[in-house]
Amino acid sequence: MATQRPERSTRWLVTAPPFLFLLLFFLVPALIMVVASFRHPGEFGGLAPLFSSRSGEEAGLTAENYRVFFGDWVYFEIFLRSFGVAALTTVLCLLLAYPLALLIAHSPRRHRDLMVLLCVLPFASNFLVRVYAWMIMLGPFELLFTPFAVIAAMVYVHLPFMILPLYTNLEKHDPVLLDAAQDLGADGWRRFWRVTFPLSLPGVFAGSALVFIPVLGMFAIPEILGGIGDWLVGNMIKEAFLGVRDWPFGSMLSIMLTVCVLAVASAAAWLARRGAPGHA
Amino acid sequence: MRRLALVVEVAGILAIFGSFFAGEARYAAFAIGVAVVVAAAALGAFGARRTMPGFWLWFASLAVYAFLYIPLAIVVIFSFNDSRLNAEWVGFTTAWYQRLLHNEAMLQAAANSLMIAIVASGIATVLGTMAGIAMHRWRPRLLPFLVFTPVAMPEILLGVSLLVFFLNSARPVLATVGIECDLGLITVVIAHITFSIGFVAIIVRARLAGMDESIFEAARDLGATPWQTFRLVTFPLILPGVIAGGLMAFTLSIDDFVITFFTAGVGTKTLPLEIYTMIKVAVSPEVNAVSTLLMLLTLALIVTAVRIAPDALRGKG
Repeated sequence: MATQRPERSTRWLVTAPPFLFLLLFFLVPALIMVVASFRHPGEFGGLAPLFSSRSGEEAGLTAENYRVFFGDWVYFEIFLRSFGVAALTTVLCLLLAYPLALLIAHSPRRHRDLMVLLCVLPFASNFLVRVYAWMIMLGPFELLFTPFAVIAAMVYVHLPFMILPLYTNLEKHDPVLLDAAQDLGADGWRRFWRVTFPLSLPGVFAGSALVFIPVLGMFAIPEILGGIGDWLVGNMIKEAFLGVRDWPFGSMLSIMLTVCVLAVASAAAWLARRGAPGHA
Repeated sequence: MRRLALVVEVAGILAIFGSFFAGEARYAAFAIGVAVVVAAAALGAFGARRTMPGFWLWFASLAVYAFLYIPLAIVVIFSFNDSRLNAEWVGFTTAWYQRLLHNEAMLQAAANSLMIAIVASGIATVLGTMAGIAMHRWRPRLLPFLVFTPVAMPEILLGVSLLVFFLNSARPVLATVGIECDLGLITVVIAHITFSIGFVAIIVRARLAGMDESIFEAARDLGATPWQTFRLVTFPLILPGVIAGGLMAFTLSIDDFVITFFTAGVGTKTLPLEIYTMIKVAVSPEVNAVSTLLMLLTLALIVTAVRIAPDALRGKG
């Protein structure tokens, strides 16, 4: 019994600092955002006070922001476009990443680490540098400020998020399964669609979530490479906070984005569990 | 035949690559490159399957590797180009690097970035290591949620929520005790720590998970206090993971744009913020020069991390 007490105080000493830090700087700000989305905008931007002393000033809580959001087709359209861009980016990443991940997984073990490193290295350069690269590439070809530029950069920036989980999954496959399929007379194409691809579904869903979610919240790529018609949810949020300084509206948009992200993440987790071997 | 097809494909890719330096001839060069790649595919299709079974995988992978490296190679090459426009190769110069050395704003931004990265990654490494150990040892319920959610969320959400928190909540509270809270270096450091803790914790926990529990029990049975066990047994064992996590936090901090953008305020500039301003205002090969130097720095950090803890990085990937 005497050993229980130091163990408990150690546990407290080790857990408390990171716990309190994240409580204060992650959870509390997140909850403040939720409340902020129900508040009135301040006279000079920011938030109006919760309790007003002056008469005539708007104070307290309101659902006005949500009413505006659900009352206007424009916001729905931008969310829909963000989902479209995210879906297209995810599919293109999958098409590019799959052959590469498969090749690495089928390569001799001693080459694999180097080949993976070669996929990750470009990803280590700064995000803005990678966006800038597309700027100077597409500029002379007169493709800047087009949807094409936005999608190309989105795919380029997020590709490693698809390659790594796919490779981690494909590498674990037992080659015996493919040999068995071959002995049973399946050609290469059928071996891929009947054995490799179904087994890789958890990797596909994990990679898709890792690409889809950051694209949903992206503002820099549409802003730098796209035209005004290529704006996504992220641009609206940025504009609400730093442009027109309507914080309650920006908070409401952030909450809606969070809801979308949670929905996508749960869908991916559910699909990955269903697609996992043994549960199929 | 199929091996030859791959060689032809590489030639086509090089032609596409060259088209970005070809000036007026760019459309023609690009079209020729694409045509050669298509010809390579046709050549491969006629080749006998048994000469090279993995041909199509190689064919596609070469194209993807080219897609990954061509944009960055173009940035690097144009940083030595003797022209204001990133459109045509004119001649070799190091003038853009020299101008960079005299760009006060850029140097100040680089100094800020470095300072923020050192402080933030230092604190994040300590807190992240604690979180990793706590999650491995006591399996708490709420801590993993707090640690992993900031990693998984789109960055913009953490950025704007901290913006509201600092200006609307922390400012009035701190004002009552006479402290002025404005956006600046300190708020950026706090924001960077918040998203880095998770990455350090993941790496440290992965390192702990691969370890034999009995060595800790042995230390305890031999009469070591918890602190002695940690200092003499646990810490030396997880040290490679801690260092890899720290380097990861450093890279994330020095590269971060989105969260810094919302928490830095108007007066404070970091390197990515400075690059963003330059891209938006006027594109000049100076940006290429900064980008090249930044690539070299990250490359050096990654090589160090791979040397120190190869398995920690592999576990992450």
